[in-house]
Amino acid sequence: MMSEMLERYKTHFDAFEKSMNGESTSAIHVRRREAMEKFLELGFPTTKHEEWRFTNVTPISQTRFHSSTLSANTGASRTQIEKFFLSEADGARLVFIDGLFSPEFSNVDKKPGRITIDSLANALKANEPAVEAHLGKTAAFDDNGFVALSTAFMHDGAFIHVPDSETIASPIQLLYIATGDSQPRVASPRNLVIVGKNAQVSIVEGYYHLRDRSYFTNTISEIVVGEDSTVEFDRVINESDSAYHVSGLHVTQKTSGVFTSNAISLSGLIIRNNVTVVLGGEHAECTLNGLSLGTGEELIDNHTTIDHASANCDSHELYKAILDGKSRGVFNGKIFVRKDAQKTDAKQTNKTLLLSDEATIDTKPQLEIFADDVKCTHGATVGQLDDEQIFYLRARGISLDDARDLLTRAFALSVISKIRIEPLRRELDAMLQSKLRLGRLEND
Amino acid sequence: MLEIRNLHASVQGKEILKGVDLKVSAGEVHAIMGPNGSGKSTLAQVLAGRETYAITKGQILYQGKDLIEMDPEERAREGVFLAFQYPVEIPGVTNTYFLKAALNAIRKHRGLEELDAVEFIALMKKKTDILHIDTSLLGRPVNEGFSGGEKKKNEIFQMAVLEPRLSILDETDSGLDIDALRIVADGVNKLRTKENATIVVTHYQRLLNYIVPDFVHVLVDGKFVHSGGKELALELEEKGYDWVKDHDPVSA
Repeated sequence: MMSEMLERYKTHFDAFEKSMNGESTSAIHVRRREAMEKFLELGFPTTKHEEWRFTNVTPISQTRFHSSTLSANTGASRTQIEKFFLSEADGARLVFIDGLFSPEFSNVDKKPGRITIDSLANALKANEPAVEAHLGKTAAFDDNGFVALSTAFMHDGAFIHVPDSETIASPIQLLYIATGDSQPRVASPRNLVIVGKNAQVSIVEGYYHLRDRSYFTNTISEIVVGEDSTVEFDRVINESDSAYHVSGLHVTQKTSGVFTSNAISLSGLIIRNNVTVVLGGEHAECTLNGLSLGTGEELIDNHTTIDHASANCDSHELYKAILDGKSRGVFNGKIFVRKDAQKTDAKQTNKTLLLSDEATIDTKPQLEIFADDVKCTHGATVGQLDDEQIFYLRARGISLDDARDLLTRAFALSVISKIRIEPLRRELDAMLQSKLRLGRLEND
Repeated sequence: MLEIRNLHASVQGKEILKGVDLKVSAGEVHAIMGPNGSGKSTLAQVLAGRETYAITKGQILYQGKDLIEMDPEERAREGVFLAFQYPVEIPGVTNTYFLKAALNAIRKHRGLEELDAVEFIALMKKKTDILHIDTSLLGRPVNEGFSGGEKKKNEIFQMAVLEPRLSILDETDSGLDIDALRIVADGVNKLRTKENATIVVTHYQRLLNYIVPDFVHVLVDGKFVHSGGKELALELEEKGYDWVKDHDPVSA
């Protein structure tokens, strides 16, 4: 017998299916149905599941979210939306309100036969062959209920196709804005990024909100990095502090492909980011950086997997967390080095700064190495602000609060400074400072 | 400017300062000398507001106000400056950013306008010129990877920018070669005015050849056992600390 929760999602899915007319027989929809079947089998994970040991998602499974797939909320004004635009950015911008594409705030870029930067919904309508070939192919859903559910409802999001030898100079901005209206909604944004040979692109994905309400973002990005290509993918998660955010970033890198991800988790009641990178060609290089800022009762969980499936690949990973209040952090970093992946160079670092006695972190490196000629290092540190440093700053006239902020910012800066887009660095620094200040007010 | 009366301070229940009295007026340079473990650095840290030391007895008046009641940052804003014996490294914070935050906190406290980026850079340029300090130091994280000499120079540079009324130099000469010592001492001398005062804490007489004190005090086992003019430092150098230990100040 199906639980009430599963019944509810099944009802959503049936309604979604009915709404699509002819599309329901497409190959993509077959994938959705398989995913739905899988979700009905798996449900949401529990803490008994090894991968979810520290992250209890009961609040997500128990909330009666409404599906955003069918009805867009259009009650957002230009001024409300524009403030999230990346400053000095003249590139393409795709805006999604409650998970659905909003053409009026967006700036698509389509050069027939060349670059496509458009909504996934439009690409599906246009029967883009690259969509059919790749959508739902890199994000495996057989052991993860969230991926299965998101895949079942995949419908809108960004579709970015950069063919061989194309360079997109300006960063592409993907803006996901939750209106936080009276109904708690679930949205399943899906990004598909296909980058050909010797091409280059930077993408900034941001999750923001208009109201402090509860809602659920269950998003997946699939990225294929072609030979000799360079892709930077920056994520800013600034959801409402009553919202849930579960994301999957699934990357496949080909020979000599270079991929960098900078994931900044600033706000959300439960944030779980899964990152899976497969280094599928020699001399590929992958850099994963992450920064989490937890306050109040937030839980920020980063699970990363780097699969060294080919020889001569490098991976660098730096995840940092700043935890205040009663917030909790989780870091689980898996590195697989396959038998043939000789000359692998993998480095993983996890550093946590605890700003309060009640904040906690669970950190776990997981290295599985099957090749013999490799260099793999990992290190994890957990600490507090240094009293000597605080006294030094105060002895120069800087207040205790400012000294703490200054040192906390410095801790964060080593991640933020890795982002190559200067206006984004500035905005993140400002957001970080304002959140630290708010967190302090809550503590007092 | 500063008056210390019968100051007792302890750390983890162990008494380090056992009744210190000192009076410093504007325009004066006082040297505090003493053997290792006599409490010199404790006195310097207590004046800056270090909370690891408990003040069990006595009074410190600074410009007529109770210094003990003030937080470290308030002391700094009122013009107290400690040049640290061991300057702390602060990765991720550049000297420029740090000093701008410090200077503006002090200026705000004194009712002055905060300096904007352009004005601040101009001031930094002026101060590095006076002290003959390499400007590349400004963009580097505070003390990170600095040599011993660079750290001490950076302390004096901060002093030049923040323009304190009362400077306490805690073993600023330790670990310096003769050239670095000269640069540091020149800096201190250039910053001397009739309005400000300096306390030089040192183990050796060497620094006092360059920064000539008006008064020399000898601290032994948490108490001043002897005070005199600059010639006292030379006498100490010649006879060693054992001489003052045997030398009862009352009968002197």
